[in-house]
Amino acid sequence: MINLIKKSKFLIARRVTQFTIMFLYIAANVWGFNFLMGNLSSSKLLDTVPLSDPYAVLQMFTAGAVIASDVLIGAIIIFVFYMFIGGRAFCSWVCPVNIITDLSNYIRRKFGFNKILKRQPATRNIRYYVLVLSLILSFFMGYAAFELISPVSMIHRGLIFGLGFGWAAIVIIFLFDLFVLKNGWCGHVCPIGGFYSLIGRFSLIRVHHNHENCTACMKCKEVCPESQVLFMVTKDSIPVTSGECTNCGRCVEVCDDEALNFSIKNLKKETK
Amino acid sequence: MEIHYQLKLSIQKGSIVLSNNIPKKDQKMNRREFFLNGARALGLTALGGLVWSAYVDEVSASSLLLRPPAALNEKDFLKTCIKCGMCVEACPYDTLQLAKPGDNMPLGTPYFIPRDIPCYMCPDIPCVPVCPTDALNEKLVTTNNKLDINKASMGVAVIDDNSCIAFWGIQCDACYRACPLLGEAITIEYTKNERTGKHAFLKPVVHADVCTGCGLCEKACVTQKAAIFVLPNEVAKGKAGDYYIKGWDKNDEKRLEKATSKTTTTKISERKAVDSLNDIGGLLDD
Repeated sequence: MINLIKKSKFLIARRVTQFTIMFLYIAANVWGFNFLMGNLSSSKLLDTVPLSDPYAVLQMFTAGAVIASDVLIGAIIIFVFYMFIGGRAFCSWVCPVNIITDLSNYIRRKFGFNKILKRQPATRNIRYYVLVLSLILSFFMGYAAFELISPVSMIHRGLIFGLGFGWAAIVIIFLFDLFVLKNGWCGHVCPIGGFYSLIGRFSLIRVHHNHENCTACMKCKEVCPESQVLFMVTKDSIPVTSGECTNCGRCVEVCDDEALNFSIKNLKKETK
Repeated sequence: MEIHYQLKLSIQKGSIVLSNNIPKKDQKMNRREFFLNGARALGLTALGGLVWSAYVDEVSASSLLLRPPAALNEKDFLKTCIKCGMCVEACPYDTLQLAKPGDNMPLGTPYFIPRDIPCYMCPDIPCVPVCPTDALNEKLVTTNNKLDINKASMGVAVIDDNSCIAFWGIQCDACYRACPLLGEAITIEYTKNERTGKHAFLKPVVHADVCTGCGLCEKACVTQKAAIFVLPNEVAKGKAGDYYIKGWDKNDEKRLEKATSKTTTTKISERKAVDSLNDIGGLLDD
């Protein structure tokens, strides 16, 4: 049991973070406990610090909206945080959709779906196409195009303010990831993930691989939702530099050989 | 750099490839594949874009909804609202709600249904200053640096005089009494009831220039389905345009000071008007 907890310490920490954030939002709406107001599109921390989704603000900007200072400051705070510290951590530590897709993935692994169909029939670059397309559509239509269809905001907004038919979005993403495409939503389609992938490459917190310890068990690649970022496993002792890594830490905790660890990018370079 | 590299490879092979060991005999095939896959990606993007934009166009077209006070005009509002729901949280009466999937409204944007819960016109307007994007713009409800909810223009109340029982001659002034701008936004007009010959009609009249669209009248209306109801300004109001000026209104006449005139000449207007009227050429059979 203790071993199990130890083996999933990041998973537990992530779930706690995800649930705490959602709980704080809900508490603000239902009981007026205003620690964290709003939702993941834009919120206010402690009634003073604005926090906003930089991708949503970018869409608003392309749509031709006048960007107010509050939301601009909020977007910059979030942007800078993920760019220099968190990387793509939003996807695995904050976003509630991650819980759904992780469940699909878990079932896939348990039932061996991945062994039946090894090659996934789609490119992970779809998200960048969707990202570009969302900005083009925002520009020509004059609305933040992805915000009007985003199942991610549909879900987190739904959990706080009322779901409506939003449960359908949950079911669709779950089934899509379970039967159609492995890591389909988070790893292929979602432009929010694409956006954070692009800015996340510069972040300081990185998973580092030490190939001398590696026994090539490949457990890390099996659990990794973006397994292409672990291309150096068994080969080189280099950090994972791809922005597509969500810093979820699953590879670190499943590794029995201390071959993967979190590290801070620049410090590691200096000590080399 | 890295993205571009992966993209190129992925187009060549149709899916994620992390090595670039392409055998030489495949290279000729690869060029065809490259173009085919490029065209495929383009096609899929176009298809996705079409469906997506059609959907966005569809949901943003629903104009029959009432926005919180101080909302920008609908087009700018949809552009600017980030759908955070802080106005909803700030509303002490739970008037405002965010559009859910299935409500057939632009997803996540705030609206209210006055027959359920109207806007109670809080003097401190808590829903407006919390807006982080200024989609709810304080300036629109400010007079002399003070918040003034009476400046709000969420919509305008409209009366269906066929179902309003006051127009039947039954005494009812529920809407008039409910109006927060009593005697200004709704007044009572007295007319003689010719049917009985001795009673009066007490007809409510909405003054659209004062009405804020709060919907307290709609909530108070006693008929089964409200006979007085709030419609969005764009739906309920016409527009006279620039060509008509109220000559008796000094403020309106000021518009003339900036007026410019332009004379256009057409084939008919080259001649005097009378000549043009007398010209019957072309009207008669030759």
